[in-house]
Amino acid sequence: MENYFKKETFYNIGQDLFKGLEKGEDLTIALSGEETTYIRFNGAKVRQALNVVQGDLIMTLNSKNRTSSLRVGFADGKDQNSFESNLKSLKEALKELRAETSTLPEDPYLVPTENHGQYEREHEGSLPSASQLMEDILGPNQGIDLVGVYSGGRLLRANLNSKGQKQWFSTINFLVDFSLYDSAQNAVKEQYGGSHWDQKSFLQQIKLAKKQLELMAKPKVKVPRGHYKTYFGPAAVHEILGMMSWGAVSGSSWKKGESALGLLANEEKKLSPQFSLQENFELGLCPPFNERGEISKEKLSIITNGRLETFLINSKTAQEYNLEANGAGQYEGLRSPSILPGNLKEEDILKNIGTGLYLSNLHYLNWSDQRGGRMTGMTRFACFWVENGEMVAPIEDLRFDESLYRFFGENLIDLTQFTETFPEPGSYHRKGIGGSKVPGMIVKDFAFTL
Amino acid sequence: MNHEQIKKVFLETCPKSIDFIALRFIKNKAKYCSVKNSFPHSNSLVTDKGIQVEVLHGGQFSYAATHDISPHGIKSAIKRAILLNEQSLKWNLFPFSLRTRPKFEKAQKESSSKSLGKETTLGEINDVLSLACGVMKKETAVIHSEGHGSLRNIETYHITSNGDEDLNTRGLLDFSLKAIAQSNNDIQTRTWGNTLQLGSSFFQKELFKKEASRIAKEAIDLANAPECPSEAMDVILLPDQMILQIHESIGHPLELDRILGDERNYAGLSFIKKENFGQYQYGSPKLNITFDPTVETEAASYTLDDTGVKASKEFIIKEGKLLRGLGSLESQERSRLKGVACSRMSSWNRPPIDRMANLNLEPGETSFESMVSNMKRGVIMATNKSWSIDDYRNKFQFGCEYAQLVEDGRPTKIVKNPNYRGITTPFWHKLKEVGNQKSREIFGTPYCGKGEPNQAIEVGHASPACLFENVEVFGGA
Repeated sequence: MENYFKKETFYNIGQDLFKGLEKGEDLTIALSGEETTYIRFNGAKVRQALNVVQGDLIMTLNSKNRTSSLRVGFADGKDQNSFESNLKSLKEALKELRAETSTLPEDPYLVPTENHGQYEREHEGSLPSASQLMEDILGPNQGIDLVGVYSGGRLLRANLNSKGQKQWFSTINFLVDFSLYDSAQNAVKEQYGGSHWDQKSFLQQIKLAKKQLELMAKPKVKVPRGHYKTYFGPAAVHEILGMMSWGAVSGSSWKKGESALGLLANEEKKLSPQFSLQENFELGLCPPFNERGEISKEKLSIITNGRLETFLINSKTAQEYNLEANGAGQYEGLRSPSILPGNLKEEDILKNIGTGLYLSNLHYLNWSDQRGGRMTGMTRFACFWVENGEMVAPIEDLRFDESLYRFFGENLIDLTQFTETFPEPGSYHRKGIGGSKVPGMIVKDFAFTL
Repeated sequence: MNHEQIKKVFLETCPKSIDFIALRFIKNKAKYCSVKNSFPHSNSLVTDKGIQVEVLHGGQFSYAATHDISPHGIKSAIKRAILLNEQSLKWNLFPFSLRTRPKFEKAQKESSSKSLGKETTLGEINDVLSLACGVMKKETAVIHSEGHGSLRNIETYHITSNGDEDLNTRGLLDFSLKAIAQSNNDIQTRTWGNTLQLGSSFFQKELFKKEASRIAKEAIDLANAPECPSEAMDVILLPDQMILQIHESIGHPLELDRILGDERNYAGLSFIKKENFGQYQYGSPKLNITFDPTVETEAASYTLDDTGVKASKEFIIKEGKLLRGLGSLESQERSRLKGVACSRMSSWNRPPIDRMANLNLEPGETSFESMVSNMKRGVIMATNKSWSIDDYRNKFQFGCEYAQLVEDGRPTKIVKNPNYRGITTPFWHKLKEVGNQKSREIFGTPYCGKGEPNQAIEVGHASPACLFENVEVFGGA
């Protein structure tokens, strides 16, 4: 891999930019860089392959109680004068940013630029060439309807500010996000990710997926609308957890009266003492610092035994509402969440369901009543009807519409002892970073509506 | 580097032995302004430039993209795209022909879009939004107000190894206002917003003040309103909800790359099969859907798609019958179905894929007033706030911000938390009346997501108000 994002270049450019600041100005520079290869496949054949070198450099200027930021593309190329030409264009960008910032009114909730300290982590990895990856992923699976995407390469997040802050996180990792389909378009979904490619582990995952797909061969059962005892596998819980970042755990959302956890905060509703949620940067999936360089606690408890400990509060929200910031990012979403495990053993899941539903995945969730904590969504991939502790058959897709105060509250029977880790598969604009670690859960009386 | 310099390096570097190479140089210049309770909340600028190289060789597509706009950056991207092509050739999904990259057919007229006005500053946008927030906050029950405005100018320079060259510029405006009101024990939200191909002149103080006042009052009305009743009844969907209904239950299921299975690991498949085109009765005879990239201000209007194919208005569904899909020349070659010029990419760092662009429901003959006056019992719903649909695009559930009951032909009570659910084809067969031109409005969004790697892109939908019979309606928690 050609290194387009050298630490020294970034640091040196930052220092040169800081030298040009005017009196009363502070500047923060944040860089999100990646050198990623994407291989998109369908039917175990390549649909499109893409290699991206992308560096999004964001300068945030604080000047005379005003602030604004500017994003510009950045890559430390090999051309002669690359350093000078990058510096020249960044100086021009800073000039533009300064001019625009001066047109804004003063911001009474301006977050002052501070030195939040030094941080450096460089995680190494080993990835085969694209050619070898295609051999490894597609070669053994010819004749199988394998669909999905491989993404892998080097990712970095870094920042500097004029108060002396200096932070750098880089990692080499990969993710194969894939599904296996049979001829009737039944499917199972899996992820294989890490930092060191191991074909044996990948093939083992394929083997397990194939086994699960075989269970889907029976004719599908049409389950009528109603309330059922339901097991959610870790991937399904991960989907539900995703909704928490969308107007639930955000401190700003709470203060605006929009949060789905508002009723919990006001103690009008309760959650089960079995339910605990935390930000857990010990997972090592993303850096603990945010865009400003504020460093979160390694473990930040959000809900402990059903009791709300804190919302995710960034320093802007803290200024606006006179709260204490806890290192949250710009959007106050979860970056590396964990739901703590329970007592349910894997071998007891079917017995515990008795008669009901086993759901491995969910799809397209949204709030049907956000303030009430009610969400809707669909079942997807390997989902089964269970009778007397035995898997009977796969089900036709069902829509659910249910309140988190019921399924994480009074109706939560147990969480599994085991957990699974899900690296972030998202790649809107740039490859995502972070992930989650969650158990499965079993819930009584879950509402299916269509 | 300017266009001539890029072209020189590109043409000098492209090996003659490669079937086809294209270079797309995209400049994205944008301003984003957001205001909270009349104070600046976040303000940002974007000055982004990137290059994408596309190689089609031996029937296989491959891509390399970079922020490095230098001779070395361009040469390296061409080299990497060719290398990926060599590596993936063995695993070719479909042998795409050069017909999927025809010579550019130049447009008859210049793009109708407007570019970002240089004179508009963040401060000026902030002033309009701040004023609107002030109007909302005048209502004592409004506990929170916010506004957002952005202007993007996207310039695409497109050259190919077969000598084609095109330069396209378009301007995109996106804005929203939000009022949150509290009364007794409830809190309700009302918004106004849109995404259109318009310039900075749209940020007019009087317009924003007027709409701010309306949504503040409506938020208060909602906070005092009873829950929407749960029963099967007739529903009139206003254009700002129709866009979501069209998008999710017509647009996505008709994308040919979904039907061909490319999206099965992410966005999903479709209940529509290849053999349905030309045969399938998708909805009632009142349903007429067009792919129309020619509407002047609509978000996804363009003259050439991102592969240089000339875009034109086409009927997708006529009198309820499904005629053609939303698929590029690549999907058309794979599926042997008719498609449209809809190969688009979110930016330089993602390959072009099938996108719905502008997808419109053509107006009918019925006035809004007569729709209401002929209704025995029903509900009018406005402005989408919740959306969810299965991976085959069958079972959906959508929620709106605002609703008003209709009883014996007269609008009566305002009701809150209106939701409805249904199944796509039966629902479109319930389409009883289509509003006339007077009730037609154009809306858009910048957040249509699909693809692996993921791509969010702007789409536009125009629709009149529409009446659906006997829909399952329900309220909040």
